[in-house]
Amino acid sequence: MAPLIQLDGVSKKYDDQYAVKNLSLSIEKGEIFGLLGPNGAGKTTTILMMLGLSEPTSGKIKVCGIDSVRKPIEVKKRVGYLPDNLGFYQQMTGMENLIYTAELNQIPRKEAEKRANYLLEKVNLAHAADKKTGKYSRGMKQRLGLADVLMKNPEVIILDEPTLGIDPEGVRELLALIKSLSVEEKITVLLSSHHLHQVQQICDRVGIFVQGELLAEGTIDHLAKQLFQEDSFLVRVKASPISETLLSELEKLESVTNVKKTMNGLEIYSSENMAATISRLIVNHGADLYQINNEHYGLDEIYHRYFEGRDHVESR
Amino acid sequence: MNLASIREKVKMIPKKTEEAAREKGIPTAFFVLVRKEFTDYIRSWRIIILLAIILLACFGSLYTAMTTISEAIDNSEAEELGNNLYLFLQLFTVSDGTLPSFITFVGFLGPLFGIALGFDAINSERNRGTLSRLMSQPIPRDDVINAKFVASLLLNVVLFFSLGFIVMGLGILLLGIPPTVEEFLRIFYFLIVCIVYIAFWLNLGVLFSVVFKNAATSALSSIAIWLFFQIFYGMIIQLLSRPILNPETITDISDAISRQGVVINLMRLSPSYLFEESTTILLSPSTRSLGPLTVEQATGAVAGPLPLSQSLLLIWPQLTGLIAATLVCFAIAYIIFMRQEIRSN
Repeated sequence: MAPLIQLDGVSKKYDDQYAVKNLSLSIEKGEIFGLLGPNGAGKTTTILMMLGLSEPTSGKIKVCGIDSVRKPIEVKKRVGYLPDNLGFYQQMTGMENLIYTAELNQIPRKEAEKRANYLLEKVNLAHAADKKTGKYSRGMKQRLGLADVLMKNPEVIILDEPTLGIDPEGVRELLALIKSLSVEEKITVLLSSHHLHQVQQICDRVGIFVQGELLAEGTIDHLAKQLFQEDSFLVRVKASPISETLLSELEKLESVTNVKKTMNGLEIYSSENMAATISRLIVNHGADLYQINNEHYGLDEIYHRYFEGRDHVESR
Repeated sequence: MNLASIREKVKMIPKKTEEAAREKGIPTAFFVLVRKEFTDYIRSWRIIILLAIILLACFGSLYTAMTTISEAIDNSEAEELGNNLYLFLQLFTVSDGTLPSFITFVGFLGPLFGIALGFDAINSERNRGTLSRLMSQPIPRDDVINAKFVASLLLNVVLFFSLGFIVMGLGILLLGIPPTVEEFLRIFYFLIVCIVYIAFWLNLGVLFSVVFKNAATSALSSIAIWLFFQIFYGMIIQLLSRPILNPETITDISDAISRQGVVINLMRLSPSYLFEESTTILLSPSTRSLGPLTVEQATGAVAGPLPLSQSLLLIWPQLTGLIAATLVCFAIAYIIFMRQEIRSN
């Protein structure tokens, strides 16, 4: 099956500067894709181009198999978009705002009311349905935004910085909501963010986007492997005594790349998770094992490495 | 292939969603936009306050006109009254000096009303973050700006026709004189001129709302332009006309006339002057010309008011000019809006 969103060599040039440079990306049906990058990396520009709200300088964009440059309205019928600083008509209630969106999508009144009620329930806003949106908190607005996006029953939802400015509890709720939507309603989700931890929790795949270029994409494990090549796992061990034979045996282990002796223990780098083997080895050698932790590289480190090694990556 | 199979095939072709929606009685997206804008306008304090001021001003001017006219009726003989044609039109033009007349009020408050309708049409949506949400709905981009224009024009039309008809109705009630068909038509055209004039200021406001990101900036710029044309432009032209009309440099009559023409044409660059000219011609049928008339031109002319068709002919260029200015403003706003980035920051 063809991917739901496909970008082919897309570039967008403002004056002399590229906002997006030769971007190729494909997102499959049903997955949650995270577009990661610092502010000003070109994430919003990319999203606007997908919706046909901004025209690419070159390249092809297909969303749901439709060219978004030629037929933006057809695309917008199938795609829900939550902008980064979204607003509502403050003098209207949450319900009225949703109904308005439904009417713009040509949804009959009765169906719209039913759907709005269902969605407000879903995003935990049923109690505030008849409250003016001017009185909503930031988190409530964001959840209402999610309901608003879902009013048209989209195939894809694109969320631009959905967690911006919400408290941690709100973020947790919102992310859980997005995840459940993707599972229950079988909606493809594309979300952009610069909050790595949050994205890490729910995304199936991520793309790292810096200065208009997609530096890497794939699952988080895959990215870690790609980036840290062999030593993507680190096991820290506190044990004593540490004999030379133990050291040499550890080094001999397959997939262990490096063993370092520290103040009161060891640091073992490996390409796989070796914690179990290592602990058994240490105990078998008669040493006392006080502590062992397995550090898996998170997105934060990946992200950081990418930005650090940007020059290196570019010169490749 | 027989007819039945063709019919079958035609049925298979899916209808366009819009057509299908229309059949089911669902309003089109454009209608929804217009309805929402219209509701917003009549609910907003800004417009309610302006409406109240305009209503007050109208009734005030109606009152003064009424007292002036009834005094004139009391003081004059029946025969004289018969000669005084178009008494009804004077409801809109006459005042006893305490309050300005209806046309003066409309000429003054109308532009303000137009600017109030238009100045934050686009930039407030942008600043509130609703524009990008609106744009992500399946509607053509120009629907948004068109809907705003249509909604405010509609409000304008409703307001001015109801105002005009209220004044007319009260006039009939209080004066006891029904308007003639011609008077009615003249008032009708007068109201249309008012609407076109206000539409110009409305579109200027819309244009600034597209150009300036800040609503206050666009409001102040529109008001500045309005003040310039309303007050200062006339002064500047007067200043300029002094050397042009200097009697020492004028050689003969044709020179004098052409120089006068230049000054008037300079004045006509201002929309408020165009409005003034049109309303004068429409509501004072005895006005025969907008420029200077020579004795030769006037000889042989039957003294009396112009028929409506001639009055209309006389203001045709003014009306066209006003409509053109309105459309130019809207076209520029439209083009800029279509090319603008949607993102809010």
